[in-house]
Amino acid sequence: MAKRYEKKEKKEGDSGNTKEDAIEVMATVLEPLPNAMFRVELENKHQVLAHVSGKMRKNFIRILSGDKVAVELSPYDLTRGRIVYRYK
Amino acid sequence: MAIHLRSAEELEKMHRAGLIVHQVLTELRAMVRPGLSTMDLEKFAESKLAGQPGRAAFKGYRGYPCVLCTSVNSEIVHGIPSPKRKLREGEIVSIDFGMEVDGYFADSAVTVPVGQITPELQKLLDVTRESLDRAIDKMRPGNRLGDVGHAVQSWAEQNGYSVVREFVGHGIGTKMHDEPNLPNYGDAGRGARLQEGMVIAVEPMVNAGSPQVRMRDEWVAETADGQPSAHFEHTVAVTANGPWILTRPKEMTGSSW
Repeated sequence: MAKRYEKKEKKEGDSGNTKEDAIEVMATVLEPLPNAMFRVELENKHQVLAHVSGKMRKNFIRILSGDKVAVELSPYDLTRGRIVYRYK
Repeated sequence: MAIHLRSAEELEKMHRAGLIVHQVLTELRAMVRPGLSTMDLEKFAESKLAGQPGRAAFKGYRGYPCVLCTSVNSEIVHGIPSPKRKLREGEIVSIDFGMEVDGYFADSAVTVPVGQITPELQKLLDVTRESLDRAIDKMRPGNRLGDVGHAVQSWAEQNGYSVVREFVGHGIGTKMHDEPNLPNYGDAGRGARLQEGMVIAVEPMVNAGSPQVRMRDEWVAETADGQPSAHFEHTVAVTANGPWILTRPKEMTGSSW
């Protein structure tokens, strides 16, 4: 019996939430680090190393220390995150 | 996901299931004639199972209702036997059957002419069977999955046919459909490397016309252009001595079907 070939499905029209299962939380940027990384402090006072999402980099969203940002955390590694939005 | 490597003992178990599959398919092949319905084939196969160890692998698989898949003419795979579908002179029917014995699976298929068929249809069968032979010959340690798929695709396309993309051969062992997928197309030298102990159901599905597939319902796949399609399959293990076709007796040699 032949196996149905299932293509890996990509979600379409996703808004910022590029990866599934991520936890999105609010955070404040503490300091910029090399390689477009930032140390951010979450609302629960945890400090997390976060990089800037590709979409934000593509659109030249600059991030400075003190900015309020939205960070996605991987459920697998809660010490790293991805900045997906900068609040004005 | 990882591809399971099977021990010699496990291969023997799969071979046991494979021998039953082969026996049933061989008898079905011999009884195909005009006037018989595909349900008659199903009934016969079911009757052969009585007293055999194990069970038919397809029945109940994702809700599939029968022990056989019978795909006539433009049906590519997963045709469901029906008392209304009488075989007619000049048609071709693909019979696909699998067994689970002692937790191990074997899966095989053959496309059979009904009575006299046109030379064009016979060529489609011959080319598809030969593409299976060529693919099986690539099932050696050190080769890659792409070599196997390429063997099918290149032979089918050289002969002016096309290969189906929507359905693939598959790893088989303690599950009917396991890792890896084996498409009937590919680039030689690409894909996972074959190792001793890997077992894959190699199953070329070759269309006389375009490769496009249309789903008639949840199960039955047919060619979009209504042209005939052929399907041959064996469960093949990669061993140090070369390919071992688990779905036929060891002493059989030569062409796969």
